[in-house]
Amino acid sequence: MNGLRLWLSRNGRALFALALFLSMFCIYVIKNGVGLKMGLATAVANKGVLLALVAMAQTIPVLTGGIDLSVGMIFVLTNCIASAVLSGPPWMVAVGVVVVLLSGVVCGAINGALVVYGRLQPIIATLATGAVYYGLALTIRPVPGGSIDATLASALTNQFFGIVPTTLVILVAVVLVVWVPFQLSMTGRGCYAIGSSEMAAYMTGIAVRRSRLTAYVLAGLLAAFGGILLTAMTLSSDASVSGGGTYTLSSIAAVVIGGTSLMGGAGGAIGSIFGAFVLRTVSDLLFVFDIQPLMQPFIQGLILLGAVSLGAIRVLRAPNRLQFLGAAR
Amino acid sequence: MGVAANSRMTQTGPVVPFWRMDRISKRYGGVTALDDVSLTVDRGKIHAVLGENGAGKSTLIKIMSGVVQPDSGTMALEGKPVRFNGTADAGRSGVVCIFQELSLIPDFTVAENICAPEPPRRFGLIDRHAQRRRAEALLARVHCADVHPDELTRNLPLSRRQLIEIARALGRSPRLLILDEATSALTVADVERIYTILAQLRAEGLAIVYISHRMREITAFADECSVFRNGRHVESFSKGNRSGDEIVKLMIGRDYKDVYPDKTPHAVADPPILEVENLKWGSRLAGIDLKVRKGEIVGVGGLDGQGQRELLLALFGVLRGVDARIKIDGVPKRINSPREAKHRSVGMALIPEDRKTDGLVLPLTVRDNISLASLNRFARSGFISARAEMRAVDDAFRTLSIRTSGAHVPVGTLSGGNQQKVVIAKWLLTDARLVLLNDPTRGIDVGTKQEIYALLRQLTDSGKGIVFYSTDYAELIGCCDRVVILYEGRIVRELAGDELTERNIVTAALNLPEKEITLGEATG
Repeated sequence: MNGLRLWLSRNGRALFALALFLSMFCIYVIKNGVGLKMGLATAVANKGVLLALVAMAQTIPVLTGGIDLSVGMIFVLTNCIASAVLSGPPWMVAVGVVVVLLSGVVCGAINGALVVYGRLQPIIATLATGAVYYGLALTIRPVPGGSIDATLASALTNQFFGIVPTTLVILVAVVLVVWVPFQLSMTGRGCYAIGSSEMAAYMTGIAVRRSRLTAYVLAGLLAAFGGILLTAMTLSSDASVSGGGTYTLSSIAAVVIGGTSLMGGAGGAIGSIFGAFVLRTVSDLLFVFDIQPLMQPFIQGLILLGAVSLGAIRVLRAPNRLQFLGAAR
Repeated sequence: MGVAANSRMTQTGPVVPFWRMDRISKRYGGVTALDDVSLTVDRGKIHAVLGENGAGKSTLIKIMSGVVQPDSGTMALEGKPVRFNGTADAGRSGVVCIFQELSLIPDFTVAENICAPEPPRRFGLIDRHAQRRRAEALLARVHCADVHPDELTRNLPLSRRQLIEIARALGRSPRLLILDEATSALTVADVERIYTILAQLRAEGLAIVYISHRMREITAFADECSVFRNGRHVESFSKGNRSGDEIVKLMIGRDYKDVYPDKTPHAVADPPILEVENLKWGSRLAGIDLKVRKGEIVGVGGLDGQGQRELLLALFGVLRGVDARIKIDGVPKRINSPREAKHRSVGMALIPEDRKTDGLVLPLTVRDNISLASLNRFARSGFISARAEMRAVDDAFRTLSIRTSGAHVPVGTLSGGNQQKVVIAKWLLTDARLVLLNDPTRGIDVGTKQEIYALLRQLTDSGKGIVFYSTDYAELIGCCDRVVILYEGRIVRELAGDELTERNIVTAALNLPEKEITLGEATG
């Protein structure tokens, strides 16, 4: 009983994001007049999963108390690479997948190295590398185009055995293969520890530098998963700066809505996934309520403000005024 | 016994001590923290290390546990030379330290924190069930079975966190356990609990090094005591060989007389600038009455962390929920922020504890820093008059004889002493009537200290009032007209005139019974 209370208090914000998404989704399904059809569910899932993967990527650096402003650009860059290498016989496609994921890892490793060894602030280091990655994407794909193996694309974007959207299965698989082991690893524990109190983490003998480096590497990897799925959905690639930038900013919003503290140390990628789905469902809801799509940024902004305010309540009650200065760091 | 078995294997001495450090020295910049220190520790004993603030105790245990490396000297565990590269390395040899600044991670659960240094793993991943079982077992060992392993650490009271810190240390199967001020933040009941646990560990054959200020309690339960002073190991003795008075004498005994300016006698009838009645803040400060008269330096003393810093912050409007009646020049005031505190109607200035974070904007120039708190004085209809600013800054520069190549260099390039002078200059420029100082001479060379002492006396001679918190007892005696001693957030003693001796301060700081209020015999 006590255990349940403690579990709720730790995961309350993520559960809140889930509840918010579910209620928005239910309203959408009831209002749209066609009910929950497989095709519709797949369309909703596909849109949500892309942002969910980028938001997961963002979560890990944020947990360490940092941020990764290049996740959107890695997402775009890997999209461009995927559109060039994911074709040909099955073995080449398989090699292509590995190449795309590795390029995400390399981008993340560069970010991590700049932050850990170059001692640059994450916000500026990743702003700069984001621009570099976007430049690379433009070099690969100056105009939208490219192609992808059609079998792979349709396999990734339809239903798994006709019962569940494949992208959801992939998302769950990524959670199980990347996030769950990460959270249970020494390195993952280290990321939480650094974000909570770097000094205490150091004094505890935690591998501070290795943990922080890994956080950025995993961010690159997760963004690359997103890049592959994006290629499968659009069947091409587009080095679009606004696309990349929007994904970066939305990922930060999703992370916050999902209950991860921007100061680091608390939260998790599962909440960010729900946060991403909340943001993505807004446009669908506006559609069924016949509200202009132009209102979408406005509504998304309100949701974000609401979510952030929930987190700010605790800080405002602090007994020492210096504490809420520190909290805004 | 382990010791006996070991002594047979070596040929040199009769008994090889479990832990031995020889001729250890450590300097930080120009400051000698440890000077040629040798110390041995045996198994199955509690070894207390006593000393005033700055005696070198903290450096000692940092070296023992691998946080810092000694400049010279050797250490040996069971006769074998050791060199620790970090706390994890020391832990593998069985040397585990519990530091004064808690090393618990606030956003971890209790179980996660207890297992953080070496979590149980299966297939490379952390095994949460095993982690939980281990946490439960260790919690039981420190008599904390009622703490839920899934509770978030930041939600626990300080006393519990301290016990969890001990549980974590026990989880690393220590053979030499070092506790740094483990009880300084605890209530009497919690302290008792820690003593019970330590006695149990001693019976299990652990070597325990225990650093504390609670002298009365220490002498009751420690088997060996070592006294440190000014970075030197003064003396070691076994339980019962020294009286409390003798120990206090060993801990103090410095002569600083010439450093301080003469105290100006002033009329007791001078009107108070500041009157505080019954100040209370949460559980940290209670029932504080304080008066500061014109021309008076009132010292605030006591052990570290008894609420002195909070008292200054409370006066300066930094803390929320402070309950007090405060009068400035006889007029009741409420002060809710540093901005209100420095306003002309109050006229307060606080020289903060950490000049690098709270006192200065390091990348700005000396001039910009000095004028930062009093820009409104140089503003003409909202714009800062560069000429007026420059004139005032130059004045302050001269008064304090700040040594730099000019007022245009970034303040971060100055030495610690000169930086501190810039902080003081900045606040003097606000024309404050009441200056609060939070340990202003920490980490500053003696020469600059002396200049600061002289300056404080000049300020009071010109009619200001000063509240001066210092961790250095000699400084309190040398500078202050009166000293109030805080213990657990309350003023336990007020010392003035002839009562103002190092011995009385130490006695009051430890909250020992008030017995000898004699003339200054504590020196030498």
